[in-house]
Amino acid sequence: MEPSIYQSELNLEATELRLGLPGRTNNKRSSPEDRSTSISISISKSSSVDSSGPSNATDHDDDDDDHQNSVQPAKVQVVGWPPVRSFRRNSMQQQKQKDEHNNNNGDGSAMYVKVSMAGAPYLRKIDLNVYNSYSQLLNALQNLFKCTFGEYSEREGYNGSDYAPTYEDKDGDWMLVGDVPWDMFTCSCKRLRIVKGSEAKGLASL
Amino acid sequence: MKKAAYSFPEEVLEHVFSFIVSDKDRSSISLVCKSWYEIERWCRRKVFVGNCYAVSPPILIKRFPELRSVTLKGKPHFADFNLVPEGWGGFACPWIRAMAGAYPWLEEIRLKRMVVSDESLEIIAKSFRNFKVLVLSSCEGFTTEGLAAIAANCRNLRELDLRESEVEDLSGRWLSDFPDSYTSLESLNISCLGNEVNLLALERLVSRCPNLKTLRLNRAVPLDRLPNLLRGAPQLAELGTGAYTSEMRPDVFSNLAEAFAGCKQLKTLSGFWDVLPSYLPAVNPICSQLISLNLSYATVQSPDLIKLVSLCEKLQKLWVLDYIEDDGLEVLAASCKDLRELRVFPSDPFGLEPNVALTEQGLVSVSEGCPKLQSVLYFCRQMSNAALNTIARNRPNLTRFRLCIIEPRSPDYLTLQPLDDGFGAIVEHCKDLRRLSLSGLLTDRVFEYIGTYGKKLEMLSVAFAGDSDLGLHHVLSGCDNLRKLEIRDCPFGDKALLANAAKLETMRSLWMSSCSVSFGACKVLGQKMPRLNVEVMDESGPPDSRPESSPVEKLYVYRTVAGPRLDMPGFVWTMDDDSALRIS
Repeated sequence: MEPSIYQSELNLEATELRLGLPGRTNNKRSSPEDRSTSISISISKSSSVDSSGPSNATDHDDDDDDHQNSVQPAKVQVVGWPPVRSFRRNSMQQQKQKDEHNNNNGDGSAMYVKVSMAGAPYLRKIDLNVYNSYSQLLNALQNLFKCTFGEYSEREGYNGSDYAPTYEDKDGDWMLVGDVPWDMFTCSCKRLRIVKGSEAKGLASL
Repeated sequence: MKKAAYSFPEEVLEHVFSFIVSDKDRSSISLVCKSWYEIERWCRRKVFVGNCYAVSPPILIKRFPELRSVTLKGKPHFADFNLVPEGWGGFACPWIRAMAGAYPWLEEIRLKRMVVSDESLEIIAKSFRNFKVLVLSSCEGFTTEGLAAIAANCRNLRELDLRESEVEDLSGRWLSDFPDSYTSLESLNISCLGNEVNLLALERLVSRCPNLKTLRLNRAVPLDRLPNLLRGAPQLAELGTGAYTSEMRPDVFSNLAEAFAGCKQLKTLSGFWDVLPSYLPAVNPICSQLISLNLSYATVQSPDLIKLVSLCEKLQKLWVLDYIEDDGLEVLAASCKDLRELRVFPSDPFGLEPNVALTEQGLVSVSEGCPKLQSVLYFCRQMSNAALNTIARNRPNLTRFRLCIIEPRSPDYLTLQPLDDGFGAIVEHCKDLRRLSLSGLLTDRVFEYIGTYGKKLEMLSVAFAGDSDLGLHHVLSGCDNLRKLEIRDCPFGDKALLANAAKLETMRSLWMSSCSVSFGACKVLGQKMPRLNVEVMDESGPPDSRPESSPVEKLYVYRTVAGPRLDMPGFVWTMDDDSALRIS
């Protein structure tokens, strides 16, 4: 459990982080024009600081060296400010992670992989980043190739269908689509291949 | 006892009362005389409890024996921003248990910011034969298993709305638990669910419920399933899409556009997660009939937003991200003359630098161009007194004004002065203002303005503002209609609080966190005011282990007829006289 900070007891003014303009002094109760923007850090058990934001623990060490009047310290996140609800924050967070993930692939915003199907004369290409989940991807594939995959189960793979989706991973192995978490899949998938149900049963029963 | 010559029989009075629907009016009726109180309480069907701890289940049931609809609210508003620790309270179970016994004909339960367990949902599912409406707004504590119980048992369910609740999503199977014979669904909101629901079951459900008017999907419903869903429910009035992205294909696009065009009654759109901009125009066929548009999850840039918004001439409500920028808001002001409500959310709330060209100017444009604008929620990074003044003079009809300047204590960026005068203009000109949220650099003077002019103000949110107790005193002594006051990180202390103790009994609640209220003052308040619950929250240990002058971490004060609550977790202490200090 992280301790709360009682300003009256610990006298934090010496190490208090400030975001004032250069030249501002340490006056909390002075007139508004002189007041520097200081943010009280309230660390409580429930504080959920965004993992994407700057950490609020490490900045204390810098204060001794910083000249408070000339250098703006890094911004510290305050609990519950700005007042954006968790659901919204998490949604934006997911979107950011997606964007970062995309950039890490070096392709910018797209992650095209080839898709082949047994018996089809041409290969197709799809952008994996357009999808957020297996069901979205599988729907797209089923539409693209006019086939059906059936219901996925961990034990039996794709049951009750003519076809099944497989992919080649970074190690060069052919895997059944759906076994690993979606994000792991998009990172390791090099190409897709739609195989006949009988072929896939071999994969699933391993 | 003398009876008045013209007294009506009870049945007639009851019949007359049945036309009185508003809670306030019902309350007034009940105060006329004893017999009216009695008649009224027996025929009251609907009750709204703004604070579940202000009253208890037995008290409610004793007074109103024949309720059909109950609304309860639990945690304080600042719980939305993680200021209320886990386990604080707001448990729905005792209420639901009690109501299961007392109201077999209960039809509607609406809960907000409460903790609801699967067990509670199972009790609801089994206890109320004619159950019709379940709304769980910003609730938590339940899983999809609880939803399965509701789906399987509530034969007459009309509405299932889980807006913004935190649901432990174990599996999407629960949707299949609606029996095939079930066709009465009118409104379904599952937008908060994380996992996929069984899409086939969803399609079948949607197409067999002819009265379905509201359907809000979750992110996991892929875009290419949307046309089928829409075709199954052409009578839809409100739609929330799932992820609004797919590989760009002309046939998928035209399929979608056609499906939208087929929904002639569609007036409200929301959802739009992960938007691929080239798919936005698929909604063009219905833009001219839209009155409400929630694009606040759509991370698309201004030009795409502008193209869409400029087609929505009947728009009354717009929620959008700040990607719309000042330019977009100018177009909004020119195109949507019927706009009543605008909410602009921050796309990058924790960024150090502005990432979009959205300033105070956007809001000024809208205030100029939209004569019916009443409700504003606006996140931005700079503001000026001049702009606020202009907005106030343009729109004296504002009833809700919530401004969040992202950096705490930001001054007027032009003059470097506090924003007192600007907000002062708002409260002075907007005489019907009911809700106000402040931000930026503010001194006691803004509170003087608020106390002087904010006579209709019911809810005030304050953060990082003020200089002294005088600020708080102005508000508590001046705002005659104040019901909810929530304050964080302000230098308000004991004096104003104790001087206005009686005022607190006229309000629903007061929240103060990271202020300068001492433990001693809280004790005094608790002892002086037996009809208030004065609760101190402190996660580092019992407040009496520190000097009485130490400021408390969090203070929550509310009026109640139920006495101190008995379900407080270890970090909450009541300042009530009788129970003294409870040490966990």
